[in-house]
Amino acid sequence: MAEHDLRLRVDGRDVEVPAGHSVAAALANLRLPARRSIRGHARAPLCGMGICFECRVTIDGKRLVRACMVECKDGMEVLTRDG
Amino acid sequence: MDELDCEVLVVGAGPAGVAAAATAAECGRDVLVVDDNRHPGGQIWRRSVATGTPSIAERWLGRAQSAGARFAFPLRIADAHDPTRLVAVGDDGPIALRCEQLVLALGASERFLPFPGWTIPGVCGVGGLQALVKQGLAIRGQRVAIAGSGPLLLAVAASLREHGACVLGIFEQAPRSRVRRFGLGLLARPGKLAHGLGLLNRLRGVPRHHDAWPTRVEVRGSSLRATFRTTHGERTLDVDWLAAGFGLVPNVDVAALLGCRIEDERVVVDEFTRTTIPDVFAVGETIGIAGVEAALSDGITAGLACAGRDADARRAARARYRERRFGDALARTYALRDELRALAAPDTVICRCEDTPIADLAHCADAREAKLLARCGMGPCQGRVCGPALAFLRGWSRDSVRPPLVPLTFSELSALDEPPCR
Repeated sequence: MAEHDLRLRVDGRDVEVPAGHSVAAALANLRLPARRSIRGHARAPLCGMGICFECRVTIDGKRLVRACMVECKDGMEVLTRDG
Repeated sequence: MDELDCEVLVVGAGPAGVAAAATAAECGRDVLVVDDNRHPGGQIWRRSVATGTPSIAERWLGRAQSAGARFAFPLRIADAHDPTRLVAVGDDGPIALRCEQLVLALGASERFLPFPGWTIPGVCGVGGLQALVKQGLAIRGQRVAIAGSGPLLLAVAASLREHGACVLGIFEQAPRSRVRRFGLGLLARPGKLAHGLGLLNRLRGVPRHHDAWPTRVEVRGSSLRATFRTTHGERTLDVDWLAAGFGLVPNVDVAALLGCRIEDERVVVDEFTRTTIPDVFAVGETIGIAGVEAALSDGITAGLACAGRDADARRAARARYRERRFGDALARTYALRDELRALAAPDTVICRCEDTPIADLAHCADAREAKLLARCGMGPCQGRVCGPALAFLRGWSRDSVRPPLVPLTFSELSALDEPPCR
């Protein structure tokens, strides 16, 4: 699709996302949780504005990154389940 | 460590911060604005992937920029040695910020209350869902229920509906009679009244409940089954999203770290928005939830006061006080009801970072003990979700604020000129 102009790698899988979307929005559109809690439960964004850390993921090797505060970039590598 | 110097440092690029920056810069002060977000605007002026930045935000940002105010994003305050020496962290690691005067426009976050199922993906904040949609979340055709308290419920419901969401119901915990009285009070504020009536018009056909709140959420196939307590008994809806937020709480972390007096969850200021610490001002939702017009009046007042224009600042403060009265009416109308203290079941998680069930707090007397005995508030959010919840549920004041205000990596820590631990 024309609007899908970026490629992310999420947990080893290539996905296409529109430019300008946050990583949190991209994961939610893919129906993917951002992380597993320490007791193993799926978690997804709560606050959407950088407060709650529920959307934290690993991006390009950096841990504890709030997915709602980062825009998708072409070639970005995102790992979920790294609570 | 790199350093940015300025005369006036504004922390937060929402309406209050931008108004302070524009006003101070127009008075000739050298102003730097920093914000944790990648784009200015804060929450209410948040840029939307679909529709861009609201025009009023563009106007204020344009004013600030043409007056010479500088902006640096994303930078999040991690430490404050004193009001003139702060440390922020951005994409390239920590940076020192030096200033003569500090304006704290830290904004607010939602108060979330635990109820069974509130941690299931698809349950999020009201402002939270709005923010995600602005970030690109596809909401068209999705079934949404909106619950909690405050005018934000209506604003977000109207916006989501215009983005194509099916809003199945709005569940406001405040009594209908109080909300009606609040509405009548708006007769004295034609602008706000018109805005409110406009919202109701945009929400025509959406069921609006009062004296109603969510009691639990369960997963049912690919949907969420949300149950609400209403005046007509239990009501159940199958939805894709449940947005639940119980009002807003001022963000006060940097002010608390500097030792500014905080009462009733907000930073205490005088007529000129001066905090109890010299040369530290606080504006907008940080000093109490009162909406965007209050934030703008606060910002103008602070900007004038920073420039030593006391007579003008005093005039600006008059508008500020009128807007602050609106905030008092909001607080009275949307005060949270006692029944909400009993929503959580014993196994309901209170600290989402540490998965602490609320039953584990049975023997804790305050927020400090909750940390020490049950790890509640010890995760990366540093108690920013469970803290405001427990302030309401238990009447516990927030535990002391200590640096760093954000989780730092070892490389960020090692790049600091001074350690955060004191």
